[in-house]
Amino acid sequence: MSTVVDAARAPSVPTPSAGVLAYYPGCSLHGTEPEYDESLRAVVEALGIAVAEIPDWNCCGASSGHTTDHLLGVALPARNLALAEAAGFDRVLAPCAACYNRLASARIAVAEDAEVRERMPDILGREFANSVEVLSVLNVLREAAADIAQRAAAPRPTPNPIVGARLASYYGCLLVRPPEVSGGDDPEQPMFMDEIVRACGGEAIDWNMKVECCGGAFSVSRTSSVLRMGRAIIEDARRNGAEAIVVACPLCHTNLDLRQKAMESRGEARMPVLFITQVVGLALGLPPETLGLKRHFIATEPLLADLSVRAAQRVADEKKAAEEKAAKAAARAAKAAEAKKAAEAAPDAGGDA
Amino acid sequence: MTPQPLLEVARLFLCLYTQAALSAPFVRQVAAGNHRCLAWPKGQVATMTSSTLSLATEIEAATGVNPATCYQCGKCSAGCPMASESDLRPHQVMRRVMYGSREQTLRDESIWLCLTCETCSARCPNACDPAGVIDALREISIESGMATMPRTISAFHKSFLEQIRTNGRLHEVGLVVGYKLRSGALMNDVTNTPGLISRGKMGLLPDKIKGVAEVKRIFDKCGVTL
Ligand code: SF4
Ligand code: SF4
Repeated sequence: MSTVVDAARAPSVPTPSAGVLAYYPGCSLHGTEPEYDESLRAVVEALGIAVAEIPDWNCCGASSGHTTDHLLGVALPARNLALAEAAGFDRVLAPCAACYNRLASARIAVAEDAEVRERMPDILGREFANSVEVLSVLNVLREAAADIAQRAAAPRPTPNPIVGARLASYYGCLLVRPPEVSGGDDPEQPMFMDEIVRACGGEAIDWNMKVECCGGAFSVSRTSSVLRMGRAIIEDARRNGAEAIVVACPLCHTNLDLRQKAMESRGEARMPVLFITQVVGLALGLPPETLGLKRHFIATEPLLADLSVRAAQRVADEKKAAEEKAAKAAARAAKAAEAKKAAEAAPDAGGDA
Repeated sequence: MTPQPLLEVARLFLCLYTQAALSAPFVRQVAAGNHRCLAWPKGQVATMTSSTLSLATEIEAATGVNPATCYQCGKCSAGCPMASESDLRPHQVMRRVMYGSREQTLRDESIWLCLTCETCSARCPNACDPAGVIDALREISIESGMATMPRTISAFHKSFLEQIRTNGRLHEVGLVVGYKLRSGALMNDVTNTPGLISRGKMGLLPDKIKGVAEVKRIFDKCGVTL
């Protein structure tokens, strides 16, 4: 018996972590898309959702794992579920859509396939009861949607820039397919992200490409395909009036943001690509510096500047409208008071009858 | 007790009669001893060796999908984002699995051009799961040494898995270096590298986990060698 097994069998005291979500950042959030990690941490803190990183997590294997070997594609994510379980968690948040998909698929495979289930403890060298529920960022933010909506609408010194922003919610593949992992959303016409965008005050536009593939895993190995698919997605968003595309997947972000320069034709405006956590962060009034907005390849500054001008304008308009309304009401009240006074001064002429 | 062979023969004839189907796959499946008429009651399937297995049966064993249930409506291919770049579109892959030569199908490059986006499987009106079938075809083609994936794609998968096996996590620089050496695409993405570094999107040192031995064990137990 290997030492690994012995170490795993050593009594690991589960830390009570009621209400705390296990956090599985995954390699992309540690590597190429740190802004997703930053903005997520800022948002969950602001919303009072406690998260704790799974100790010593490993890569879920993403597409290369299960493309090469089905069992490997289950076992790599399963180790993380086993670690979370041993640490006493009952729910894990995997913000990366690819990781979410792999963890959720592993959970389903272990639950449904008796052979896989039996082999897992030996493969992992760990006990594994498959007791941890897997959540995507959309599941978690949607649970908090009422709270987000309330805070997004609350008056504050710098107005909420997301109000009225025309945003295209882009789900891609991994959050909605296979349908078993879509977490209750409609795999062909999902609305979870649109609902979060609306809770933030944004306008979730209606468009056609929300569940189309961005080319995902071919980003490096077959870039030409990714450019073809990405272009179609961005063009459709633009045609339908989007000012930005919102994503919840680091692979989609890389393909639409980093690769956008290579796909655009001359004279086209750039389409910023925001993470849903950045949108929520802005709506909650978190400082933009904490949301990693400067790390994108397609600059977000012009959009943010425009949105804040519009927000200031909107607040000024609202204030003006409110003042006008107040003035009108005051004038009406004054008139009424005057009439009353006149009536009192000359009771005969006041029309007592 | 009814004598088994007699029952077997009776069932065969019944099946022949009712299906009136002396079609190629039927004959092949009967010859291989795994037509569904022989599989009832459960546990009566004749023992098979891999050499007698038809591809359709292998796929059914691996995925639980009976490829014969595909009625070639083509809905899978209509939504496939790679259909325009592949020789075989998903509905054609399904057809090949039923009627094509095992080797030709396993050697076809098209199965490596599938992104596993799952659009086909989500939309198939008949639950045929073409994405799962293609995944299984890839696995079988690797096992039987017939994989003809484009060099860039195999280089990517190998480098990716090698990173996980050695560090437990993905290290972009290691992945890129390994990929370039394997694929020969030395200049790929070179222009993006400074931008990645200046935006803090590329760590130079690998992030090695403590449980590397456990991860190696997983690879070994799954029989994955790189
Ligand atoms: S959608 Fe399903 S039934 Fe139709 S061709 Fe594709 S696999 Fe066959
Ligand atoms: S999973 Fe593969 S075959 Fe199916 S639609 Fe996506 S790319 Fe095409």
